[in-house]
Amino acid sequence: MIDALTIAVGATALALAAWCGFAAYRDEPTKDWHFIGMAVVSLLGIVQLVVGIVQLAGGHSPAKGTALFLAYLIGAAACVPGTGFMSLSERTRWGSATVAAGAVVLAVLEVRLFDIWGGGNG
Amino acid sequence: MDDITKTGAQDTAVAADGRRSLGTGPGRLLVTLYGIFTVAAASRSLYQLIAQFHVAPLAYTLSAVSAVVYGFITFSLVRGGEGARRAALVCCALELLGVLGVGSWTLLDPSAFPDATVWSDYGMGYLFIPVFLPVTGLLWLRRSRTA
Repeated sequence: MIDALTIAVGATALALAAWCGFAAYRDEPTKDWHFIGMAVVSLLGIVQLVVGIVQLAGGHSPAKGTALFLAYLIGAAACVPGTGFMSLSERTRWGSATVAAGAVVLAVLEVRLFDIWGGGNG
Repeated sequence: MDDITKTGAQDTAVAADGRRSLGTGPGRLLVTLYGIFTVAAASRSLYQLIAQFHVAPLAYTLSAVSAVVYGFITFSLVRGGEGARRAALVCCALELLGVLGVGSWTLLDPSAFPDATVWSDYGMGYLFIPVFLPVTGLLWLRRSRTA
């Protein structure tokens, strides 16, 4: 369950990064459709956070430690909403570039999360 | 005047509102990256200093130092103004020296580092962003002088 979610969040984050990166390349600020995309990725991140906590409460223990796992889960959930708000007050291409950077960081966090959970084994 | 025409229309607008100029435009992306690195380095070093200090005291202390430097630069960029710009300039130079120094140190004397720091191998574990960040920061801060 959590492995599938990790892959889904990572893939959508990369798509968001490409989309917002393209907007930055075209010298455009983030628009409504971008914010809908961010909302989708953010929602997946929050679902992942909840599922992760439920799994921990159910007695699962991540391969590389619970504290590390939780810290990465929270960071992953905060990444895209945080950069989204930054782009709200920066209505230039650099706002789009900021969201793209946040989404890339999220994708990297997902790779680490997969590793910390002990991906493939549960 | 020559400087302003060179940097383009977008930066002229940025230069116009003075004090906030360090954290807007390209600066917004820089603030975000520095913010992320502050949180990443601070939480990593705090956790390691508390949970496993005895494993690699030198490495974890250096990570904590990098977190403080990142935090200070983030704060300066958000605050804006000439004083903050100078302070950030000094810190970015310090950060670059730190990355290059610690990076070389980890390669020359790996035995001193049983565990990695944020700046190990020139920041390889962080996609080399720790090397690019201070260079970009220095360029951006130099250019913002016209503001």
